[in-house]
Amino acid sequence: MAKIIVVTSGKGGVGKTTSAAAIATGLALRGKKTVVIDFDVGLRNLDLIMGCERRVVYDLVNVIQGEAGLAQALIRDKRVDNLHILPASQTRDKDALTPEGVEKVLETLSGDFDYILCDSPAGIERGAQLAMYFADEAIVVTNPEVSSVRDSDRILGLLAAKTRRAERGEDPVKEHLLITRYNPERVDYGDMLTLEDIREILAIDLIGLIPESEAVLRASNQGIPVVHDQKSDAGLAYADTVSRLLGEEVPLRFHEIQKKGLLSRMFGGGRR
Amino acid sequence: MKLLDFFRGERKKSASVAKERLQIIVAHQRSQRDQPDYMPMLERELLEVIRRYVKVDRDAVSISLDKDDDCSILELNVTLPKG
Repeated sequence: MAKIIVVTSGKGGVGKTTSAAAIATGLALRGKKTVVIDFDVGLRNLDLIMGCERRVVYDLVNVIQGEAGLAQALIRDKRVDNLHILPASQTRDKDALTPEGVEKVLETLSGDFDYILCDSPAGIERGAQLAMYFADEAIVVTNPEVSSVRDSDRILGLLAAKTRRAERGEDPVKEHLLITRYNPERVDYGDMLTLEDIREILAIDLIGLIPESEAVLRASNQGIPVVHDQKSDAGLAYADTVSRLLGEEVPLRFHEIQKKGLLSRMFGGGRR
Repeated sequence: MKLLDFFRGERKKSASVAKERLQIIVAHQRSQRDQPDYMPMLERELLEVIRRYVKVDRDAVSISLDKDDDCSILELNVTLPKG
């Protein structure tokens, strides 16, 4: 039985897809059989971030509507064994997803994989609710910024009420906070919410903290999930996040200003 | 930065403003979380009815639903103007 994890946020542009791609890749690098599903029907992006956009033939909607088999639609990752991608449809509208269809797909995948990651669309509409409905755990991606924190709280409300676990009265969906685009310099200056602030307001466990990093854009430019870049702060922070997801205790890093060495101060180096 | 603070004076840091605003918003959102979907509509319509008779502000009416063991209590609070 696979563990189903939804990567969600409410607000758009906070790093859901980047995080879903990095965490799925990180899990596979740790030997877990992982599939990551793009639920953003109509505006798919996961394939680009994973670097497999030219190998998309069939998608989630094709599978649900019986136009293709699951095996035909799954894309095997080029870089990591054990990692598969199920892309979203680019052309259909979001009503093409049905709860019964999604349930069937997840059930089938559940037998073959250890982890199923659902990359949710932004918003709190049908698509986002379907992405979270069958989840066992949720990673709530939040930027240190007022609208993102408020939307994350809305999502927490939905996770507590509009999921299968909630409706059946089972153990609630396990909620994890993932803070992205964190800038310790601005926090220190008093212009950015601290991670303690966000944790206090949302009152859920912190699974990871990803610093604002040049490596993220570099990674998406190349279609290589940033967790592969183990020289970058963001790459390492995602690897830490994956370790915590696997139950390991890993100390937090990149949440404080990194002291620059004399050389990098003189030459302005320190590309991360 | 502590020294800089001194020169910058008493300006309130924007992050603490953000935190205060969020604490209020989130507390409000969470108080509504367990309410049935019809509550906002009910609140609006009750306000309309009351306004037909008394001139009250939009925020003069608050309703809440409390659950006891075997029944729910709908509490309606209206602040009427003097006079």
